[in-house]
Amino acid sequence: MRGSCHPKNTRDRAVCMTNCPTLIVTVGLPARGKTYISKKLTRYLNWIGVPTKEFNVGQYRRECLKIYKSFEFFRPDNEEGLKIRRQCATSALNDVRQYLSVEGGQVAVFDATNTTRERRGTIVKFAEQNGFKVFFVESVCEDPDVIAQNIVQVKLGSPDYLHCNSEEAIEDFMKRIKCYESSYQPLDEVLDRDLSYIKIMDVGRRYLVNRVVDHIQSRIVYYLMNIHITPRSIYLCRHGESDLNIKGRIGGDSGLSARGKEFAKHLRKFIQEQNIKDLKVWTSQMKRTIQTAECLGVPYEQWKSLNEIDAGVCEEMMYEEIQEHYPLEFALRDQDKYRYRYPKGESYEDLVQRLEPVIMELERQENILVICHQAVMRCLLAYFLDKTADELPYLNCPLHTVLKLTPVAYGCKVESVYLGVDSVNTHRDRPENVNVQRSTEDALQTVPAHF
Amino acid sequence: MEDKAPSNPRELTQNPLKKIWMPCKNGLPEKHISQRKVCMTNCPTLIVTVGLPARGKTYISKKLTRYLNWIGVPTREFNVGQYRREFVKIYKSFEFFRPDNEEGLKIRRQCASAALNDVRQYLTEEGGQVAVFDATNTTRERRETIIQFAEQNGFKVFFVESVCEDPDVIQENIVQVKLGSPDYTNCNTEEAVEDFMKRIKCYENSYETLDEVLDRDLSYIKIMDVGQRYLVNRVLDHIQSRIVYYLMNIHITPRSIYLCRHGESELNVKGRIGGDSGLTPRGKEFAKKLSQFIQAQSISDLKVWTSQMKRTIQTAEALSVPYEQWKVLNEIDAGVCEEMMYEEIQDHYPLEFALRDQDKYRYRYPKGESYEDLVQRLEPVIMELERQENVLVICHQAVMRCLLAYFLDKTAEELPYLKCPLHTVLKLTPVAYGCKVESISLNVDAVNTHRERPENVDVSRMSEEALLTVPAHQ
Repeated sequence: MRGSCHPKNTRDRAVCMTNCPTLIVTVGLPARGKTYISKKLTRYLNWIGVPTKEFNVGQYRRECLKIYKSFEFFRPDNEEGLKIRRQCATSALNDVRQYLSVEGGQVAVFDATNTTRERRGTIVKFAEQNGFKVFFVESVCEDPDVIAQNIVQVKLGSPDYLHCNSEEAIEDFMKRIKCYESSYQPLDEVLDRDLSYIKIMDVGRRYLVNRVVDHIQSRIVYYLMNIHITPRSIYLCRHGESDLNIKGRIGGDSGLSARGKEFAKHLRKFIQEQNIKDLKVWTSQMKRTIQTAECLGVPYEQWKSLNEIDAGVCEEMMYEEIQEHYPLEFALRDQDKYRYRYPKGESYEDLVQRLEPVIMELERQENILVICHQAVMRCLLAYFLDKTADELPYLNCPLHTVLKLTPVAYGCKVESVYLGVDSVNTHRDRPENVNVQRSTEDALQTVPAHF
Repeated sequence: MEDKAPSNPRELTQNPLKKIWMPCKNGLPEKHISQRKVCMTNCPTLIVTVGLPARGKTYISKKLTRYLNWIGVPTREFNVGQYRREFVKIYKSFEFFRPDNEEGLKIRRQCASAALNDVRQYLTEEGGQVAVFDATNTTRERRETIIQFAEQNGFKVFFVESVCEDPDVIQENIVQVKLGSPDYTNCNTEEAVEDFMKRIKCYENSYETLDEVLDRDLSYIKIMDVGQRYLVNRVLDHIQSRIVYYLMNIHITPRSIYLCRHGESELNVKGRIGGDSGLTPRGKEFAKKLSQFIQAQSISDLKVWTSQMKRTIQTAEALSVPYEQWKVLNEIDAGVCEEMMYEEIQDHYPLEFALRDQDKYRYRYPKGESYEDLVQRLEPVIMELERQENVLVICHQAVMRCLLAYFLDKTAEELPYLKCPLHTVLKLTPVAYGCKVESISLNVDAVNTHRERPENVDVSRMSEEALLTVPAHQ
C-alpha cells in the first residue's frame, strides 16, 4: 500500500487539508433551509473524506425542554426562553470544541439561526480562542411559496409539532419566524467585510461570497453553488449481466450475456413507463454499460470516471485465483476494503475521489439515469444515503435492479426495483476470518456462485 | 421519450485510437456518440467583460481562455482594443476616448461590431464553444446591444465584471501591462501613466455597474477588489459554474511555480516506460542538487507536491521538507505497455505504436490512458495550483507536459512533444498576461527520455522507421 515513511510530515492528499479545523456557522430566519444545507454539506464533506459533524441547536433545545408548547418560547421578551436558548448554544459549542479539538473532527457545522451580530460575535470569539477558522453560510429568502413548501416538508413532521394538525402547526411556526424578524441583522457588506461567508439568496439565484481563505472554503462554496431543490429523481443501476460476471471474474471489458441483453430491454420498458421528463442518461466507457444504454434508444453520455474500479494485477481474475496467487492481498482487502488498493490498481477511496466531479454534476442535474458498475454504484449510493466508509464497500447493488432516489425532506427516498431478469450474484460479503494466515476455505467462504 | 430503439440494438465497435466504444453499422462507426469531455452546453457561450480600464479584464479574459482551452473547451478571446489599434493605427492620446468625441465614438462602435462579427463567425461556423468579448462594456446600452446580438444568434451570455477602487492595484496594473502597450511605445513612463489615468476618467461618468435590481435577469459574476468579494447571479449551466469556480480560485499575488520530474530512475536508464522503480545513483545526486537549489532560491512558504510513485517521493525525501503526495500526479498509465521499451512496443503492438504517433494527444494505451485523460485527471491540480502561492511539483514526463501546456498556453498538438528533460527545473513566474519561464539544469547527467514524432506514422511503416527517434538507453 502507499504512504511514505517520512515521519509525521508527509500527508496523503486525500482532500484539501486545512491546518486548523473549520467552524461553519449557518445564519438565517427559520425555514430558510439552514438545516437542509447543514445536513447536505456534512454528508458531502464526509463522503469526500473530510470528517464533519453537524450540531443543530434546535436539537439541544428539544433535549433541554422536552416538550414544546408554542412559539411563545421564542418571543424576544421571554427571559426564561432566552436563557435556555443561550445555554443550548453554549452546550452545542462545547461539543463542537470537543469534536474539533479532541475527536479529530475537521469541520463542524453549527446549525442555528445566529441572526444577531452579537451572537455571531460570540461564536467568532469562541473560534478564535480555539484556533478554528469560521465560515458563515447565510440563507436569505422572502419567497412565500418557498417558505411554505419548506414548512410542509420539514416542519410539520418535526417533534415540535407532533400533536398539532397542519393548520395549527403552520400558524405557530409563522409566529415563530416573526419572533426573529425584528432582531435579524443579515450579514452586511460593510460591517461584516472582514468575515468569511457566503450569502445564498432566493434558493441559489444569487450568491455573495466574501473572503474565501482556503481550499476547503472554496470547495464548500463551489458545492453550495451547485445544489438545488428542484424535485427530481436519480436512477442508479449497473450494466446488464456480463460474460465475465457469469464466469465469476472481476473487472475486464466484456460484453453483455444473453440475460444482460434481456435486462437492457426491460430497463428500456421501465424507463418508458416511468415517463420521466428530460431524462439524461450516463454510462461509463466500458462496453457493458454502453451496450445497456444502446438498448434504450436515447442519447447518452459516456464518462471515463464512471469506469469500474481498476483491479490492477487482479483484473479478470476469479476470487479463487486471487486467493491462489495473492493470498496476502486478498486478506488485506478483507481487513479494510475501503482503503485497500489493488497492486497497480485502485481503492474505493481512490474511486470516491475520481467520482467527485460526477457527484457535483449530479447535483446540478435534474432527472438522470446512471448506468455504471458495482463498486462505482456503491460509492454513489453511499453519497446519497450517507453511508460510512466502512459500510460503503458492502452496500448491496445487485445486477438487474434499479435504485430510484428521490430527495425528500432532509434525505433521500430509495425505491429498489428489480426488473425480473435472472442474473448471477456478484456480492461478496466480508468473511469472518480476515487474518493473513487464514485457510483457503475461510478466505473463499463468501464467494458467490458462478460457472 | 421517443420510441426509437431498434428491435436489435446497434453493434459496438471500439475506436482504435481512443479506445472508445461506439455504435457501428456494417463495421463502420455511426456518428452520434456523445462523450463527456467537459460540460457540453448545447449552445455556445459568450462571455462579456465589464469594467473600467485597468481592472484586469484582459488578464481575466486571457487566463480564462487559456484554462477553457486546456480542459478541452474551444475558446477564443476578442479584444476590442486590438481592433481599435488595427483601425486607428496610431494612438495619439486619451482624447480619443472622450465621451464627446463623435469621431472616436463612431470608430469604437465599429470596432465592437467588427469584433462581434468575428465572434459570430467563431461560434457559429468555426466550431468555437466559448467566445470572450473583452471590452469595457460599461454602459447598460452597450451591454443590451450585445445581449440582443447573442439572442439573435442563439448564444448564452455570461458577464464578468471587475470592480476595483484600490489605487495601488490600479497603479500596479498600469505598470505591468499598460506601459508596455503598443499605445505607449513612444512615451516615457510618466506621460503614459498620466494619459492613461485621464483615459480611465473618460469612462467613469458613464459607467453603469451591473446592478442587483436592474440586471437581476442577467447571468454574471461581479469580482470586487481583486477577489476579496464576489457577487454571482443566475448561473445557468455547467460551463458557467466551472467558470465561476475558476475565477474564484485565481489570484494575482506574486509567486513562482517550480516544475520538475523525479530524478533519473532505474527504468529510465533501461529505456522502459512507466512502472514504479526507484532512483539511480544519478537520480539521487539530482535530488541532492535539487535540495541545494531550493534552499538557494530562499522561497517563502514553499509547498512541495509529489505523485504516489516511488521515484518522485524518493526525490522529495532528499529535500527534508514536508511534502504532499497526490495520486492524480502519477505518470500516464501505459496499460498493456507498462514497463516496456519502445522496441518491445513496436514488436508486440506495431499498430498501437503507429496510432500513437498519428495522434499522440488523443491516443489511449490499451487498458491505459491518453494525454487527454491526463488533462482531465490533472484539472484539480491546476485548480489548487491557482489557489496556492509558491509550489514545487515533482512529477513525471507526461504529467509535466500537461501542466506546462496549461501555463504556457500550448495546444493539444504541441503538448505531448514539450521538452521536459530529467534533472531540469522549470521556474514559472506569472508576469503581465502570461508566464515567464526559466529553465535550470541542475547539471547531473541523465538519459534522454524524449521521443520525437517520427516522419513515418503510417501503420504499414517498417520497424526502423518506427524506432527512428527512440532515444538511446542501456
